[in-house]
Amino acid sequence: MHVELHPRYSDNTEAKRAGELISACVHCGLCLATCPTYLDTGDERDSPRGRIYLLKQLLEEGEAGAVTRTHLDRCLSCRSCETACPSGMQYGKLADIGRGMLNIEAPRGPVERLFRFSLRQTLSRPALVAALLRTGQLFRPLLPPRLKRKIPLRQTPGAMPVSTQPRTMLALSGCVQSAATPLTHAAAARVLDRLGISLKIASEAGCCGAVNYHLGAHSDGLDNMRRNIDAWWPMIEAGAEAIISSATGCGSTLVEYGDLLQHDSVYAAKAKRVSALCRDIADVLVDEDLTLLNIERDIGRVAVHTPCSQQHALKQPDIVNTILRRAGFTLAKTRDDHLCCGSAGTYSILQRSRSERLRQRKLEALQVDNPALIVSANVGCQLHLDEESKIPVKHWIELLDPLTHQGH
Amino acid sequence: MPHPESVLLGLSKLNNILEVDPKARTARLQPGVTNLAISEAAAAHGLYYGPDPSSQIACSIGGNVAENSGGVHCLKYGLTVHNLLCVEMLTVEGERTTLGGGGLDSPGYDLMALVTGSEGLLGIVTEVTVKLLPCPEVARVVMAGFDSVRAAGDAVGAVIAAGIIPAGLEMMDALAIQAAEDFAQAGYPKEAQALLLCELDGTAEEVDQHVEAVTNIFNQHGASSLRVSSDDAERALLWKGRKSAFPAIGRLSADYYCMDGTIPRSQVSHVLEEISKLSAKYQLRCANVFHAGDGNLHPLIMFDSGDPQQLARAERFGADILELSVAVGGCITGEHGVGLEKLNQMPSQFSEAELHQFEDIKHAFDPALTLNPGKGIPILKRCQEYRALPRRHSHD
Repeated sequence: MHVELHPRYSDNTEAKRAGELISACVHCGLCLATCPTYLDTGDERDSPRGRIYLLKQLLEEGEAGAVTRTHLDRCLSCRSCETACPSGMQYGKLADIGRGMLNIEAPRGPVERLFRFSLRQTLSRPALVAALLRTGQLFRPLLPPRLKRKIPLRQTPGAMPVSTQPRTMLALSGCVQSAATPLTHAAAARVLDRLGISLKIASEAGCCGAVNYHLGAHSDGLDNMRRNIDAWWPMIEAGAEAIISSATGCGSTLVEYGDLLQHDSVYAAKAKRVSALCRDIADVLVDEDLTLLNIERDIGRVAVHTPCSQQHALKQPDIVNTILRRAGFTLAKTRDDHLCCGSAGTYSILQRSRSERLRQRKLEALQVDNPALIVSANVGCQLHLDEESKIPVKHWIELLDPLTHQGH
Repeated sequence: MPHPESVLLGLSKLNNILEVDPKARTARLQPGVTNLAISEAAAAHGLYYGPDPSSQIACSIGGNVAENSGGVHCLKYGLTVHNLLCVEMLTVEGERTTLGGGGLDSPGYDLMALVTGSEGLLGIVTEVTVKLLPCPEVARVVMAGFDSVRAAGDAVGAVIAAGIIPAGLEMMDALAIQAAEDFAQAGYPKEAQALLLCELDGTAEEVDQHVEAVTNIFNQHGASSLRVSSDDAERALLWKGRKSAFPAIGRLSADYYCMDGTIPRSQVSHVLEEISKLSAKYQLRCANVFHAGDGNLHPLIMFDSGDPQQLARAERFGADILELSVAVGGCITGEHGVGLEKLNQMPSQFSEAELHQFEDIKHAFDPALTLNPGKGIPILKRCQEYRALPRRHSHD
């Protein structure tokens, strides 16, 4: 599909890139069937094709209003449409560029701007997230049920491995994950330790940049990325063989560092290297012999929720199922696996009612086979589902962690 | 392309499956139910809905009725018109009327067949009752690569001549193979000049026997590669490439113009060679995806809509293909309808008297020409329908 760029964008590299991206779309509409928001509203403008047309209009007319912004805000960035798209449209990249442009072309009111700013500033700072969460957990018993559910119980991560293993990998600890579900990182470290790998954290590293970048604050997002690269670089030079993420939402951003910083003369090469080194924890474990792990396998049927970032961005839709099956667990049948649970980063905060509808659908789809528990691979989905789920929701790595099974 | 002063009626939100009756093997549907959703709902009863257009995850049964859609399985199981029992329709006066009924025949003229494929010109379909088929005990796909389009075309003829009616028999040329494989990663032979996908279904014994026969025929016609699906997952993967072939062309070109003509099977090689000459003449690449079993051709002309000259050349190229289809004894549409696009070719296809007759039918349903104004002539006009209907209904 051809975009005739408006003259005022003739020197705008982002707009030009958006035009190039749109040229891949052949407006066939196969994406509509897999788009959670189109299935929710039935409005073409809430579909990937509709949003592509809205952005084409922006690029051609040189202006856009609140309507365009509203429909783009409703997009989860789940990228289910990319998996469905035969012509190879990179919709996620287009949506990010569009959000950045709309912040300028169709600015929000001061209240909304302030709210989004605070959200970005808070969620991208692990220490701040932890402080707020601890306060919430302290007062949790006093809160009304609705608010109470929003604050996850404090996890006990258990002892970290102390031995030094022959192989070293770096870990991204994440902002929300390090505060809300520290057990995930601890379990990952213990499982890798058994496999002869030490997992290290660079203390200066922080948010992967996803929160800022996907909310259209590109320059802040890129700053997050540069800071992480600086923090990891000495350890990469010292021989760390991979950068491990145990939250696929963050991992799917790490693999894009190389692309997002390609025009940064100082960081381009390093960013490319970082992206090449980045792997999800599942990627490391899929080839290992997990039957040797001393774990309890008879825990009932496990329903696997595959996060969108894992299936549509990292393109590994079956990897956790494969690992758990090989490790000896019984998996529950699920349906509509390609549809988002509604967590989607800040979406559950910014588009609450839609997010809750999607969660309801997802919980039903995950429980058609009466599983004993649900596992996910991303902290956002895990917390979002856990808020309403009647059965436990965990990170799948916990199932492989011997300590977890001993009740720690 | 709606008329600039028209009101657009979108029925996609009417998407409820009203009833699945496993005993009668029927499903009652609102028009916005997607084609695939019917089979998904019927699967619990071991049933499915036959016609499966490649866009089945997104296209709706209402649209299928309006266009009389086919799909890769229409060779054996028929077009939409052969799989309907009843259509509820609002006339232009707003009267709710029911065409067809619960049984295979209903009193009076078969107006349901007339409305099927009428492109929204005769009424607004508000409910559809379809027949469901029992899922076959076994279904397998034989995939074969060929060094030339002619060899593949001859192999198609030989399969039909052997008395085998495959569930689907599809052909793709080199460009289509390349694009589809890039997306689906189904293991298509990328060096082949033509690819055949032949699905055989039925009881295990029947399928085994037919797979052997088809494999032999393909080998006799010089297949350069051969693969038989071993399970349903592999069969689905082999079809995935074919079913995404149109939009996958977007990987090779910014835009494509999808044509839809039907030709006698014996003319396949000739027509494809002519298309190749036209491609050189207009300097535009053209991929071919082809329902080989029933002669429905889908040339995909690649162009860049940013270049007005290319757009004009693509349109002329497309018109030439349609004229060519008529010249070899075929017709200007298989399943995509006439709309605005093919109005110019209608006179090549039909005589003056026939076109008048079509107009009279339109007047009988919609005297003020309110519904879908300016679109193609509303009547049975497709070769596939002519062929499939009893002789006495034919116009030739």
